[in-house]
Amino acid sequence: MVRGLTLLLLFQFCGEFISRMLDLPIPGNVLGMGLLLLGLMTGLVDIKWLEEAAELLLSNMALFFVPAGVGVMVYGDLIAAEWLPISVATILSTFVVMAVTGKLAQKLETPEQDNVD
Amino acid sequence: MWTDLVATPLFGVTLTLVVYLLAQHLYRRVKNVWANPVLVSIVTIILLLKGSGIEYHDYARGGDILLFLLGPTVVALAVPLYQRRKVVWQHKRPIILAIFAGSLASILSACGLAWILGGSREVILSLAPKSVTTPIAISIVEKIGGMAPLTAAIVVLTGCLGAVCGPEFCRLIGVTSPVATGLAVGTAAHGIGTARMFEVDRLAGAVAGLAIGLNGLMTTFLLPILMAFTNF
Repeated sequence: MVRGLTLLLLFQFCGEFISRMLDLPIPGNVLGMGLLLLGLMTGLVDIKWLEEAAELLLSNMALFFVPAGVGVMVYGDLIAAEWLPISVATILSTFVVMAVTGKLAQKLETPEQDNVD
Repeated sequence: MWTDLVATPLFGVTLTLVVYLLAQHLYRRVKNVWANPVLVSIVTIILLLKGSGIEYHDYARGGDILLFLLGPTVVALAVPLYQRRKVVWQHKRPIILAIFAGSLASILSACGLAWILGGSREVILSLAPKSVTTPIAISIVEKIGGMAPLTAAIVVLTGCLGAVCGPEFCRLIGVTSPVATGLAVGTAAHGIGTARMFEVDRLAGAVAGLAIGLNGLMTTFLLPILMAFTNF
């Protein structure tokens, strides 16, 4: 468990370091995810070292978003000032994205499966 | 004594955990998507803080500790992705094309709707990266000139909406495969949506996790191009 958490933090640290050094628009944790994937693919990192820690974090992922959401309360005035365009755009656009992405993905993935059969 | 205690990290962490566990319990009991534990916890904690006059600043001392764990959790998304690398690689074409289309649809629909409804330039720009994970969305909006705190709030609201309605909405419009559902919810609702997808299906969760990173990358590069193109 400690080994897994240490590895995850080390990869995040590397990602953070590269992101800052090269002034990239990609945050360190996303870069760290890419680096870890690379490490796993090349066999540098053994998946067994990570499984337990990754499972613990991923199965409780939703919890870590709660404090971020509570932060919304500080910006209540900002939202209230232009609530109509903000709420309509946020709600409708979320459904538009899910429809476009989901429909296209399903359409594109079907012929590929036909070839396999 | 009470105010001193509230100002310690212990308060924020304990409050969040207690509320979250109760919200999870409620979710299992009522089995209604709107009783989503993240949404219920956020609303409950905001009401509790407002009601008792406790400053957000005091809550955040503990909240930030839990928020910190989001960093290694994003890194850990590589694990389910690696475990399902064969299936993901098999679907590389739909994955890349669908996320690209979703990224474009997100920018155009969010900004377009806000523009039609008379939103100010700053609000329109703040809405542009609404489907992108918070840290990437903040760095994007700081570059293009929106309001970072507003973007942070919009991103969280978008995530909650996608997490609450995503899987059900997908089924309603006939999107049924785990890969397509994961892509739809991950692209639209980033990490909060991904957390929900992990509850529904492991493969869908892994693909949604990939969508967080790819959508962030695509939006980062698409937005400046679109802004130059439309002269906005």
